[in-house]
Amino acid sequence: MFDNIGLLTLAPVLNVQLLLDGLFIGAIFVLAAYGLALVWGVMNVKNLAQGEFVIMGGYLAWHLSTLGIHPIASLPIVIAIMFAFGWALYVLIIKWVVSRELFTSLLATFGIALVIQQGLNLAYGPEVRTAESGLTTHALFGGIVTVAEIKIVSFGLCALLAATVILFMKTSRMGQAIRATAQDARAAKIMGIDTEQVYAFTYALNAAICGAAGVLVSMIWVIQPFYGIPHSIRSFVIVTAAGLGNIPGVIITGLGLGMAEQYAGFVLGAEFQQATVVTLLVLVLIWKQIQAARHRQVVQ
Amino acid sequence: MNSDNTLPSQSAAGSTGAAKRLIAHNADRTPWYVYAAVLAFGVAAPFIFPAYTTQIAFLWMMILFALTWDIVGGQMGYNSLGNIFFFGAGMYISAVVQVGLFTDVATYTSARGGEQLVLDYGDFFFSLGLGTIVAAVGCVILAILLGLIVLGLRGPYFAIGTLGVALSARELAGTWELIGGGSGIAMPVYPGQPDEKSLVFYTAFLVLAILTFIAVRWLYSTRFGLAINAIRDDEDKAEAMGIHTMRHKLAAWSVSAFFLGMSGAIFGNMTGFVEPLEVAFPVATFGIFMVVMALLGGKGTLWGPVIGATLFHIVKEVTWTYLLGWQWVALGLLIIVNVVFFQEGIMGWMQRKWPERFGITVDQRMSASQSGKEGGQ
Repeated sequence: MFDNIGLLTLAPVLNVQLLLDGLFIGAIFVLAAYGLALVWGVMNVKNLAQGEFVIMGGYLAWHLSTLGIHPIASLPIVIAIMFAFGWALYVLIIKWVVSRELFTSLLATFGIALVIQQGLNLAYGPEVRTAESGLTTHALFGGIVTVAEIKIVSFGLCALLAATVILFMKTSRMGQAIRATAQDARAAKIMGIDTEQVYAFTYALNAAICGAAGVLVSMIWVIQPFYGIPHSIRSFVIVTAAGLGNIPGVIITGLGLGMAEQYAGFVLGAEFQQATVVTLLVLVLIWKQIQAARHRQVVQ
Repeated sequence: MNSDNTLPSQSAAGSTGAAKRLIAHNADRTPWYVYAAVLAFGVAAPFIFPAYTTQIAFLWMMILFALTWDIVGGQMGYNSLGNIFFFGAGMYISAVVQVGLFTDVATYTSARGGEQLVLDYGDFFFSLGLGTIVAAVGCVILAILLGLIVLGLRGPYFAIGTLGVALSARELAGTWELIGGGSGIAMPVYPGQPDEKSLVFYTAFLVLAILTFIAVRWLYSTRFGLAINAIRDDEDKAEAMGIHTMRHKLAAWSVSAFFLGMSGAIFGNMTGFVEPLEVAFPVATFGIFMVVMALLGGKGTLWGPVIGATLFHIVKEVTWTYLLGWQWVALGLLIIVNVVFFQEGIMGWMQRKWPERFGITVDQRMSASQSGKEGGQ
């Protein structure tokens, strides 16, 4: 089970490979998790369809690439489509869920997730896909460490997207409205903010961010209709561990999760990679609960 | 017609002004002929519809699923997405016990189904009975150990936490070589004819479902039922009133796990093959079905899960084959519509429509003033 652990000490360069891969993957996790933190914090919707949005974005990029559009060029198109899709979902379903009890949003978005993944399965079949970017792979340290150019490009795009979103939230009129609504929806309403529209925009923005993350996933990794659930769980792990409204926390946890997953996959075996994510979720929740129990004790 | 005469609370946010004023008294007012009819159908069904024996056996299992989910999800307000964990755990426990009675488990599973376990009647039923009992007890122990961890979580964290438990069990069972890993364990072969086998397992599921129903009916009529309802309505207040909430939560979850574990053991023997992804831990199918069925029928009621499960199972079986791959999309849409637009469920709707038939007395004075207050907000 731990056969590979010796390998890591014998060839320390392998650590570089794992850390780099974890970093590149983790950057994408950060994007999706930030979207979740946004809808969770602003409208109190626990979006279980997060991973499905990612995979859907990936499939859109893949589909466009079969039509001859390069995946990177398809990024703005996918963002626009996913934004519209998110807005439509909000008007059709999420609107009725926002003010309801917490379990409602969880189960309703689970239903959405089911529809999306099965719809993708019907449309594209269960094969594992990758959108080819056509960029080369560089070998470092005499071929032990390989770095695909596309991974670096994707990392850069991730940083660019994240910076854009954060700037947007900080400076633009809509961003201010979103933050005001997150602080106190009723007060925001009294101040003349159309909270209904803010909610719709937030949900659509989340779908767009996830879609962009999906494009990157389809380029540097693989997509398959049923790969959405792990992505959703990763988002939940990151957001529960980092807390809402904590952007540096989300970034650090996301990158850390990416690396932890790479190490677990290497040391324990590829079949444990998924189990690691889910087990981490349970552990994070246990840790949260111990904290809550301590808090209650203090109150007593 | 039900034991719990308070309407299920529509939201935790406090819009239940009218519902909270309903007077609760826990007498089951179901007329005797309803029980007689259900029982008569249960006994006669395999002889009237011999071709559908297995289907109707599944119906009893679905009813059991919905009833056990509703103990924790409906009556106690702890919406679990991972109750299927106990189903799979029970199945694996019984598989290991039953195989372990006759041969070495590790060599048996490493043969990857190369050797079959052929037993005579006596041995088979002994191993089935023992496996089921050990599964039930094992699941109760697991429920207590896990409950100490996850039952401290509230609201959505509980739902996500239980989902995480079920998903990680599914992944870890797939990597555990002793229990066969991803390729699973073949169960002992039933010694008789296929027709006889389906009748035997039909009876097992019928008896188990009836036992579950009797158990929850009795539970809801006791002080325990009122206590878990109090936890659902306001856990902090319940605790302040002197209810030992953790103990009650653990007990309710254990009851749920007890029956789910037994159903898992029997299901494993019925299928003849235990495998982690599709058979033991079908999180996205059975695991979600049990929530949908309880919601469809009306959670927090005695008969709601039964009605919901029956309706869901019939609709599913009738339409499933005609939908040609679209069935999962239909299921997702059903969940969305059910959760978003019809959350009270069939029983909840009927209770709101005809409260007097369910022995619910609505305090007009209070509900009028409450609704007036709500209207003013």
